[in-house]
Amino acid sequence: MKISRFRKLAIVIGFLSIALTLHAQDIASFEKRITVKKLANGLTIVLMERPEAPVFSFYTRVNAGSVQEGPGITGLAHMFEHMAFKGTQEIGTTNWPAEKAALEKVETAYAAYLKENLKEVGRDEKKVAELEKAWQTATEAADEFVVVNEFGEIVESQGGVGLNASTDRDETTYYYSFPQNRLELWAYLETERFLEPVMRQFYKERDVVYEERRMSVDSSPQGRLLEQFLRAAFIAHPYGRPVIGWPSDLRAFSATDATNFFRKYYVPANMVVTVVGDVKAAEAMPIIEKYFGRIPARPAPEPLRTQEPPQQALRSVLLHDHSQPLYVEGYHRPDFHDPDDAVYDMLSDLLSKGRTSRLYRSLVRDKRIAIAAQGGSYPGNKYPNLFFFFAAPSQGHTANDMAGPIHEEIERLKTQDVSDDELQSVRTRAKADLIRGLGNDQGLAVQLGEYQALYGDWRELFRQIEQLDKVTKADIRRVANKTFREENRTVATMETEAPKPKPTAPATGEQK
Amino acid sequence: MNKMKLLLFVIAELVLNCLLVNGLALNAAAQAKKPIPPKVPQATATPSTAPASSWQKVPIPPLHQFKPQEPRRVELSNGIVIFLQEDHELPLIDGTIRIRGGSREEPADKVGMVALYADVWRTGGTKSKTGDELDDFLEAHAARVEASESADSTFISWSSLKENYDQVFPVVLDLLQNPEFRQDKIDLAKQQFASLISRRNDDLDEISQRESTKLAYGPENPYSRSAEYNTVDAITREDLLQWHKRTIAPVNMILGIAGDFDSAAMEQKLRQAFGSMPRGERVVPAKITFRDPSPGIYFVEKNDVNQSAIQLVDLGIDRHNPDYYAVEVMNELFGGGFSSRLFASIRTKQGLAYSVGGGVGTAFDHPGITRFSMGTKSATTAAGIDALRKEINGLIKGMVQPIEMKRAKDAILNSFIFEFDSKQKVLAERMRYEFYGFPPDFLEQYRAGIEKVTSADVDRVARKYLHPEKMAVLVVGNAKDFDRDLSTFGKVNTIDITIPPPTKAGKPGSK
Repeated sequence: MKISRFRKLAIVIGFLSIALTLHAQDIASFEKRITVKKLANGLTIVLMERPEAPVFSFYTRVNAGSVQEGPGITGLAHMFEHMAFKGTQEIGTTNWPAEKAALEKVETAYAAYLKENLKEVGRDEKKVAELEKAWQTATEAADEFVVVNEFGEIVESQGGVGLNASTDRDETTYYYSFPQNRLELWAYLETERFLEPVMRQFYKERDVVYEERRMSVDSSPQGRLLEQFLRAAFIAHPYGRPVIGWPSDLRAFSATDATNFFRKYYVPANMVVTVVGDVKAAEAMPIIEKYFGRIPARPAPEPLRTQEPPQQALRSVLLHDHSQPLYVEGYHRPDFHDPDDAVYDMLSDLLSKGRTSRLYRSLVRDKRIAIAAQGGSYPGNKYPNLFFFFAAPSQGHTANDMAGPIHEEIERLKTQDVSDDELQSVRTRAKADLIRGLGNDQGLAVQLGEYQALYGDWRELFRQIEQLDKVTKADIRRVANKTFREENRTVATMETEAPKPKPTAPATGEQK
Repeated sequence: MNKMKLLLFVIAELVLNCLLVNGLALNAAAQAKKPIPPKVPQATATPSTAPASSWQKVPIPPLHQFKPQEPRRVELSNGIVIFLQEDHELPLIDGTIRIRGGSREEPADKVGMVALYADVWRTGGTKSKTGDELDDFLEAHAARVEASESADSTFISWSSLKENYDQVFPVVLDLLQNPEFRQDKIDLAKQQFASLISRRNDDLDEISQRESTKLAYGPENPYSRSAEYNTVDAITREDLLQWHKRTIAPVNMILGIAGDFDSAAMEQKLRQAFGSMPRGERVVPAKITFRDPSPGIYFVEKNDVNQSAIQLVDLGIDRHNPDYYAVEVMNELFGGGFSSRLFASIRTKQGLAYSVGGGVGTAFDHPGITRFSMGTKSATTAAGIDALRKEINGLIKGMVQPIEMKRAKDAILNSFIFEFDSKQKVLAERMRYEFYGFPPDFLEQYRAGIEKVTSADVDRVARKYLHPEKMAVLVVGNAKDFDRDLSTFGKVNTIDITIPPPTKAGKPGSK
């Protein structure tokens, strides 16, 4: 379950140079091999025939992520994703009716415990302990019926590889690959887990997810810095909240919360499923429809209301850390539907791609003040997000040393035209990278699914080139001037502080 | 020095690494003998109109016949081995030359030399072109030429659109024949190397991985030693030139190329390029002795974390060992995937870890590292060690269940197709077998070997290769929050990971 940047990556590589021919890779050749079908319940299926070997990969993309969470339930989109591996009413249980009854008791006991534990007035420690014990006892009773990890076990013993999922701010995705003769088994398994998900062992899994937070945020210097950076950059929009969730919420949200989230957002009209590999549309589509058609249609969720207000002044966060320094700054930019989206992609490539990129040549090669430097869009796509600049100072340099040279590069973009060679180089690389991404089932499934979901048409994977070709030197200067303004900037720096012999508190203030 | 993971820093915030050691880096072979689970026979063309009522009732037709395409092997009289793998799906040509000799062969007082070599080989350019000029040329053509290194090899790889092949491949040849190792790029690489050394204690897992490897192999072992400011500082341009001279010879090279070309024509091109090179001397692999690790509890203090990284390590086996197949099945059922014992017990049932796994290490030509690891909150550090030990002891006691055996063998055998489901994978496997002197049909042997493994075999290899009392236990974490003092496990050996400062005047990396 990783926070993927597939989508952004896919968009960056989605430029094609029209000047160059794409014999086997053009839209026409893909048209012949791709079938798209929208089922009666609203679910979209994209199927691509690629019989290179008797295998296939799939990618289920749910148009809901951590952005859909509110206060008190941060981390829930990701938590649900973990629960989608817990089995079904058939898989993972020795006796579903009995387990169901036991799980209902767990929820009742947990609600009572949580209510007392969070009481603002008159909280009774003794009562909290009793209720916690009652909840634990109910949990143990429910555990009696569990066949541990049977869902994953079936996938693996049937030859599945790469079984995983990912939750990001904009979306949640599920994927693995199977031998070609397990297509129907896959269709069965993938729909069963989204028909009636079972909140089995929810609270133990919540502990697992909390460990994931400790690993990826609390105990990681970059994790600590980025959490603070986004928190500062967004004051209203949910992009400012961590996908993994705040510690308090990871100790509070319930299985009932997760079920409610599922019912609201895991709606067929909100999902795209892509299958790529040794499949024939004429045979596979009826099978897929037979199973995925079982998911009942439900109303699509309401769109997000909150928008980030324009930033009024520079924001800055400084972390004193035991680690070596890091620097990141970001500027608000519009979402991927904006007409300037391709300009930002161009900027990202110019600044970051390879040893000819501007940030590498300036900060790493010539000034030798950084060991890595890059810029790009983060942390999402669907809503207005950030264009960031990041640098890891080389030994002997501070995080603050990065600011000047980064701003010099920004100034260059604002005041001087990029060269024709640079523009052409970006277009050529984009074309080649697009081609390089077409050579395996899983990568294709991801890209086709992304574009189908974001643009409503997988063909945009190839058409984005037209947008790139339209980008002019003047566009680059205009967008740089529009975006890279001081009052639109958020800076986060990590400066090194030697460890003290007796630290007063852990960096994260974790409860015990 | 391809360790610039910082470049990717924004990418991974949450990674489910439920599978940590991937023991089966094995590939390719005939699919015909693959056992097909006998299910309800049913023609796929006319599927039943009703969905199956249970997963066990879903029909599984026979797998499509498939014979992976083997690359063509050509050995020139000067010793270079060439594999040609035609693949016309995309208009690309990708190649790699693997060259014998790697960091295990570098002198102990110059650790980091081969990493620096691989970096500057490419960035330092050739006699006629600077590295920067190569960058401009390659980026403009969307092509890549990169060098890298491992413990036993260096690599030079290239990738281009088919239409640019005849411009890009000469860059590779020029780098092979006329590298310049310009001093300014040596200085840059050394400065970056020193910066990476200065950052090596920031990340919990990096510390845990490095120090546990040193515990398993011993700190001086060429497979575990670390570059230091002094060893990097001692490397000269002459060292890099000498290394190049010593290793770059056809007798040390295995070349693999895949893509949209005609094999006969490509063979001619490669014969022309390499045929006249003098054979050269074969690099003699370093003689390395392996001793068991010193058992005990080892501790690294890191007071800015709330999670402990725990590792139990020991020496593993190599793949010539006849027990290799039984070990593979054991690893799968014990620490492999979602259904393994470690995942089920420590993660799912106890909620102690997000990341947990491990197994007996298997390397091609030397003992791998047996490694069991987990990350758990500071307050369950001792409980985590107990839990890992309990599972290992349970496995040694024997009585692996038939259901576990079936599951583990099915997982390996049913997914076997993914070892050779692309032409590139088949090529990479063949190159690997060639390098390590394994038979070309090793994958087929592997499959047959796995099929024969019995539960008695697994019980036996568990007893033979797992010795908890002999393992080194490493904890990296924040001791003040531990549930129990580590001394309750025995004498605690504290490892000082302070980075040794350079002895020469002047800080490395400063201009």
